[in-house]
Amino acid sequence: MTYSFDFGWLASYWPVFAAGVAMTLQLIVIGGLLGIALGIACAWARSLGPRWLGTPVAVYVELIRNTPFLIQLFFIFFGLPALGLRLGEVQAATLAMVINLGAYAAEIIRAGIEATPRGQFEAGASLAMSRIQTFRHVVLVPALERIWPALASQVVIVMLGSAVVSQIAVEDLTFAANFAQSRSFRAFEAYAVSTVIYLGLAIALRAALMRLGGLIFPAPETAR
Amino acid sequence: MTQFTFVDILTNLLWASRWTVLLSLAAFAGGGLLALGLLFAAIGRARWPGRLARLYVEIFQGTPLLMQLFLAFFGLGLLGIDVSPWLAACAALILWSAAFLVEIWRGCVMAIGRGQWEASAALGMGYAAQMRHVVLPQALRLAVPPTVGFSVQVVKGTALTSIIGFLELTKAGTVLSNASFQPFTVFGLVALIYFALCFPLSVGARRLERKLNVAH
Repeated sequence: MTYSFDFGWLASYWPVFAAGVAMTLQLIVIGGLLGIALGIACAWARSLGPRWLGTPVAVYVELIRNTPFLIQLFFIFFGLPALGLRLGEVQAATLAMVINLGAYAAEIIRAGIEATPRGQFEAGASLAMSRIQTFRHVVLVPALERIWPALASQVVIVMLGSAVVSQIAVEDLTFAANFAQSRSFRAFEAYAVSTVIYLGLAIALRAALMRLGGLIFPAPETAR
Repeated sequence: MTQFTFVDILTNLLWASRWTVLLSLAAFAGGGLLALGLLFAAIGRARWPGRLARLYVEIFQGTPLLMQLFLAFFGLGLLGIDVSPWLAACAALILWSAAFLVEIWRGCVMAIGRGQWEASAALGMGYAAQMRHVVLPQALRLAVPPTVGFSVQVVKGTALTSIIGFLELTKAGTVLSNASFQPFTVFGLVALIYFALCFPLSVGARRLERKLNVAH
């Protein structure tokens, strides 16, 4: 049996792929922002917050980090309606990504917070900064700067992991590939093309995040 | 119509998890062997093998595991091989885990200080002897905690093989959920079984790391 590859037919499917890329990007932008925000809150709770808050947050982090994203997605989309929480597929996918990234980001950011020298807390206090001001200006920003590359990698991992949201019928890039191959019966070509697009998205997302890091955390001036 | 009791669901899920465990072991062992081969390319002095190893890592870490599974499933078929989901799942997971393991291990070899290389060179050791007696034994110690940590990712990665039709824990979960109309219970249990598999590995990795940090 010989099989000749044919990628030409894919050209007519470009609007489907473009819409898929747009959905994948939408998911990672919203999921990424909210996930990092959740991660910051959880990192604070675990390293500096009260114990009654730290313990449940630790349980959340361990539960998420030790179960597959696909199961988290299925639990939210298929399981939660039993408790009366019915979400659309895009909402469910976004929520799953936020919860997933939040747990990983919490651990990454916590490592950054715990690397803060003790004296800096005291220095903040001696400048009459409130605890919240100290956290924000003295602890959090340098912590984020320290761990930014790790956080960026995690966001890329979550973006690649989001390929499974097509399983609950979210029309992302993988969905576009599934759609194209089901019409044309040329599965290999459809998946090969979307794999290359994913690779491009991963490289671009990483570059964009590192650029963003450079903007948020400018290099200190030499005089300091 | 069959009624599913809680015990029915749990026993079925536990029975299916043996495939999750087997697939994880196969992927981890195969991935480890492949990574070992790639490692020598990645840390060796020859230029092209090093570049190829880096390209390999970039491609497999930069694309979704789901796509790799699809390509293995449909691509192996094009080669005229009769592909079972088990074969495709093994192939894709081995290639995928090798990409991560080789990066982890390369980092461990790189962490061995220049002084060690220079000292062993001063003792008249060649590259092979340096590797065998000085660098690799030390790198191996560093590599154990992150390698155990990565095994968690492998176990979780096997969940995706349900999508190409391999009947493991996740697939059993979706089938049971459809048959029993109890998605909350089923997926809750599936999550707990994954947790029971992964959490001990996570804790083990953390303990090993702490022990290593104390030793240094």
